[in-house]
Amino acid sequence: MTTLMDKSRSAVVAALNEFGSLFSLGLDVVVNMFRRPFQAREFIQQFWFIASVSILPAAFVAIPFGAVITLQLGSLTSQIGAESFNGAASVLAVIQQASPIVTTLIIAGAGGSAICADLGSRTIREEIDAMKVLGVSPVQRLVVPRVLAAMLAGVLLNGMVSVVGVAGGYFFNVIMQDGTPGAFLASFSALAQLPDLWVSELKALIFGFLAGLVAAYRGLNPKGGPKGVGDVVNQSVVITFLLLFFVNFVISVIYLQIVPAKGA
Amino acid sequence: MGVEVAVEGLSKSFGRQSIWRDVTLTLPPGEVSALLGPSGTGKSVFLKCLIGLLKPERGSVIINGVNLCTCSEREMYEIRKLFGVLFQDGALFGSMNLFDNVAFPLREHTRKSEAEIKRIVFEKLELTGLQGAETKLPGEISGGMRKRAGLARALVLDPEIILCDEPDSGLDPVRTAYLSQLLIDLNAQIDATILIVTHNINLARTVPDNIGMLFRKELIMFGPREVLLTSDEPVVEQFLNGRRFGPIGMSEEKDQATMAAEAAHQEAGHSDGSNEDVRGVVPQIEPTPGMPARDAVRRRRNRVLKILDTLPESAQHGVLASLSAEDLGRYDDWARRAAQGRMNTRHAGPVATIPGVSTLDPDATGRMHAPPPPLPHRGARPGDEHRQRPRPEARP
Repeated sequence: MTTLMDKSRSAVVAALNEFGSLFSLGLDVVVNMFRRPFQAREFIQQFWFIASVSILPAAFVAIPFGAVITLQLGSLTSQIGAESFNGAASVLAVIQQASPIVTTLIIAGAGGSAICADLGSRTIREEIDAMKVLGVSPVQRLVVPRVLAAMLAGVLLNGMVSVVGVAGGYFFNVIMQDGTPGAFLASFSALAQLPDLWVSELKALIFGFLAGLVAAYRGLNPKGGPKGVGDVVNQSVVITFLLLFFVNFVISVIYLQIVPAKGA
Repeated sequence: MGVEVAVEGLSKSFGRQSIWRDVTLTLPPGEVSALLGPSGTGKSVFLKCLIGLLKPERGSVIINGVNLCTCSEREMYEIRKLFGVLFQDGALFGSMNLFDNVAFPLREHTRKSEAEIKRIVFEKLELTGLQGAETKLPGEISGGMRKRAGLARALVLDPEIILCDEPDSGLDPVRTAYLSQLLIDLNAQIDATILIVTHNINLARTVPDNIGMLFRKELIMFGPREVLLTSDEPVVEQFLNGRRFGPIGMSEEKDQATMAAEAAHQEAGHSDGSNEDVRGVVPQIEPTPGMPARDAVRRRRNRVLKILDTLPESAQHGVLASLSAEDLGRYDDWARRAAQGRMNTRHAGPVATIPGVSTLDPDATGRMHAPPPPLPHRGARPGDEHRQRPRPEARP
């Protein structure tokens, strides 16, 4: 009985420890973002890498995502006789929720896992230690450019995914469900408003930060040898996804509280 | 001159497993020290604690007045610029070629022009015998070359403290000999404090000025090379001679039964193939002719002679045997007067300074008026002082 208690207690302590370390790395990253010299070269390389591996998958995921939302909503709205609001609803759902989440899932899955594997293998080969010993902070030199690259890629990709998602919705609504193009476009501004776009971009920014941070954190702390690197890559993607949905929930709730829905 | 590294009461454990406890030693500035010990006694962990990569639970590591165990991150990065560290596998950056690897510290920490960087990097690459390989990636070269490139990178900022984690592993005996010579030449040129962690007995016998040994979670000794090289401790004897018979087993500790069984085998005439006893003080490697003389040798001689009567007798013989006739005469002179001084001041209170010490200094033509108090022999175990102290013959 006591061993069970002890075990659960140590598990809780370990979880809190992990969370605390993640948080402290996050603070370090934020502080080091403003410390000169800025690693512009590394930043551009990483940004280009993340963008190039996520742009196509993001687009391909966005099309069916927008389509599914439109199809679902389309059948619902036609039942209650509100087909003309189809466009508004799909634009709200895609821009506010689907797009930032899709973007970050792709960034975490494609870019984050690569960042994590890269840093993880550098750690087990003692390159990170060597860098520290040479008096260079790996957070400033390696982690900050990667996190910033993930953030920028998140914001830009989010814009693209929004457009592609809405276009996908439009296509399926107009072609498959015989919706009217004019009504779809005209209803955009009936329910949606500009702050929806801002919060979408803000989400993408924060999610990009989280994806980069979790990938870097797991990558800098692998357990054991090469197998450990595989494990942390896996964990980093899973942790990012869990965090993502939780943070998305929090931001959405706050947003709905402080920004009144249009027409309400 | 190099920097002193003072380690006091250092203990490190991973979870419940204690690695070593209460390690106290001082790396004398500008001298070459070596740390021996069977595999798995935490020598590399000790090295990592010295550079602040791991946080020990207790104790302190003081360099230039900064305690690495409690200082801020920023102070740590400043202190680390004094270090050059050679990792076991070189720890080169896999994405950069050798030139960029060696140039990395220069580009990060100095504002040197690219031409100057090129000059320095090529100089270090030539020093380590890597000219012509500068465009290769670390993945394309042999382990020995990686090691040497790691050394070139560690040396590029002219460090004041050089730490080498098993410089000889993965190198053939000839390259190891070249590397030993390189370390001694470096010490002669830049007077850096050097710590070598190694298993290589030949290197340990001929390179360092001071030797320590870790065994069973403790630093069993640290002091002038003569002490360990002439020690009668079973562990030291076994380790230096590379024998199976002794307290070190295949696993970290050997149980009584195994030891008894092996002793019985030995009685019965079973040999483990190492019948030669390599203990004893052998001459140290000298800097290559043309290099400046090592200041560390002179400093160490003075330091060791001051604590000579606290050393075991066999070590004393080792030290005295290595002195030149001239030094020996000076030492006798000093010892007689020191003993007299002790007699005279015995009633007057504690001895603050030993009179006449400065005459020991070969170039003490008035340069050293007040000799520094002798460094305590820190790594010695408390019992060492009394265990084998011989009666000084010089005492009247």
